[in-house]
Amino acid sequence: MRIQKRISGGDFTAALAPIIAVILALALAGVLLLILGKNPLEAYASMIEGAFGSDTRIFNTISRAVPLMLVAIGICIAFRGGVINIGAEGQLFVGAVSATAFAVAAGENLTPWLLVPLTLLVGFLGGALWGSVPGYLKARFDVNEILSTVMMNEIAIRLVLFLLGGPMIDPKEVAQGTLIHQSAALPEASWLARLSPPSRLHTGIFIAIIAAVIVYILLWRTPLGYRIRAVGQSRAASLYAGISVPTYLTLALILSGGLAGLAGAVEVTGVTHRMVEGFAVGYGFSGIVVALFGRLHPIGAIPSAFLFGALLTGAERMQRDLQVPSATITALQGLVVLFVVSSDVWVRRRAARRASQKVSEPISADSSIQPIISEAK
Amino acid sequence: MNNDLTLAQILISAFALTLGAATPYLYASIGEIFSQRSGVLNLGVEGTMLMGAFVAIFFASDKGLQIDPAIGFLAAMIVGGLMGLLSAVINVTLKAEQGISGIGMTLFGLGMSSLLFKMLADGVITATVFPKLNIRGLSDLPVVGEIFFQQNALVYVAFALVPISVWILNKTTWGLQIRAVGQNPKAADAMGVNVNRVRYSTVILGGVFAGAAGAALSIGLTGVFQENMTAGRGFIAVALVYFGGWSPWRAMLGALLFSAANNLQIWAQILDVRIGNSPIPSNLLGMIPYILTILALVFARQRHSLEPAALTKPFERGEN
Repeated sequence: MRIQKRISGGDFTAALAPIIAVILALALAGVLLLILGKNPLEAYASMIEGAFGSDTRIFNTISRAVPLMLVAIGICIAFRGGVINIGAEGQLFVGAVSATAFAVAAGENLTPWLLVPLTLLVGFLGGALWGSVPGYLKARFDVNEILSTVMMNEIAIRLVLFLLGGPMIDPKEVAQGTLIHQSAALPEASWLARLSPPSRLHTGIFIAIIAAVIVYILLWRTPLGYRIRAVGQSRAASLYAGISVPTYLTLALILSGGLAGLAGAVEVTGVTHRMVEGFAVGYGFSGIVVALFGRLHPIGAIPSAFLFGALLTGAERMQRDLQVPSATITALQGLVVLFVVSSDVWVRRRAARRASQKVSEPISADSSIQPIISEAK
Repeated sequence: MNNDLTLAQILISAFALTLGAATPYLYASIGEIFSQRSGVLNLGVEGTMLMGAFVAIFFASDKGLQIDPAIGFLAAMIVGGLMGLLSAVINVTLKAEQGISGIGMTLFGLGMSSLLFKMLADGVITATVFPKLNIRGLSDLPVVGEIFFQQNALVYVAFALVPISVWILNKTTWGLQIRAVGQNPKAADAMGVNVNRVRYSTVILGGVFAGAAGAALSIGLTGVFQENMTAGRGFIAVALVYFGGWSPWRAMLGALLFSAANNLQIWAQILDVRIGNSPIPSNLLGMIPYILTILALVFARQRHSLEPAALTKPFERGEN
């Protein structure tokens, strides 16, 4: 066994790697589009136009960043705690559907000052509940959380389809006999205020930014966060230090799920105002990419979410204008993940070289993704 | 009496269907066993399956290249192998965190297959599935013949792969090398085994089989392609490896169990299962394979005898 000082990449290299990753991914996707007979420059121009072409579009891009940001902040907690949470998609759905059920049931009986925070809280709790299952199973039975969270996603998808087609279907749809599978509209008192109509930008953006700051403080300035990160760095050492490893593993997934659930609740109260089939599909996975791109730092998730919000908003325009399917963005996100995760070895190697040159390099463990997770096992 | 006869007939075809529907799991799980036994957790199976599924049907369909389904199957394996090569570069050479790189591969395969599906096939594609291949003498047997020997070629190949892979892993030099680099890469390296080369071979093979699994789904079973049509099957196949304790035989049992669970909707209709007076909603029945997977993972933790000690650990020569 070799004892090695934990080292970090030069902060500059570490910050640059994901940006290079995105540029490479865009270039590769461009080649792909070229092969498929589309002009990649036109496609990207149309994306930029779609994401930033007018004030309304910029605001829509920001509103798209809100759920991505909240999901990504949650992912940061899980990954820092040494658990790979792939279940944000399902946690978001369950959060959204719980918030919807609560807001519709509570109706106009509550004042907005009470209804909005309670609805968001219910969403958080729904997601936390969904995250607690794989968390508990990992802590108690050492069940691989990647697999269990993927399964929880599939279960959540079907749960939502079942609820929207049955118990939660809009009574108006039943009365009219149209039977479209969607929930009743949320009471207006539960809606988040729009900041700049006709754009979809709503006050959820402040919730997301505040959440990023709170999670940053939680992870780096509180004993709780310290323990979560300690478990993420080394389970054996944490155990030796008297930290209850199962508790903090479960907690990391509960908090992570809670933030994904909050993302769902914010999306339903801020944008759609009811649950429909196909609601927020893919946000859970995009949120993971956002988190990785932000180097698993909650504050890093803020600009990262804007970038991917712009990609997703721009992709819709690209699809309309040039019939380039928005699935391009899914493939692009996959490439970004692959590049980021591959560049990590390079970042670490550079850092190791530098550390061997000057031994007195200050210790900070935050720029490389890999040691955070792989050393936990 | 007449009723009993039809019920028997229905049950026989349900069993036959279960066998056929197990094939995608079987291909993917066996491939994953090879890569995991050598110490690499390849979580890109789902994305690779989707690519294989599309490529296979694109080669076979009238709307695509109109070539033989057998060529489609081959093409799916080649594309799968290329995806495996990409996985190997990322996981073995670049030593990426294997859990996260798998998500990258999944997203890439999901996006890529949907993109090709929309651009090359306008979002609708069908093909005739592999024809049933009756085996002379065996297919005519009552019950047994109908269940086991009236399947298509992909099914026979999948089940034949089980003993073959057991033999490769346990009786060949390559198999020994695979197990050695999975258990103790340092010792294997000291004995002159090229650890990374062995891992490349297994991860590429895993990709080939995942591609085959996708083809088994699109041109073996359903005859269509849809976006994200695997619906988590690739991940279930990985779970089956844990469930089967890294043994191909037990993974096969798992594949059959899950295939049966997947067909539960059909079973529930055949047996007319009801709660109170209404049939069970299909979305609730659809949850069962995933719930079973989680339970299987909980149950699987007792069997770690074959677990590769170096699973998910990249090999670095000269360390320690």
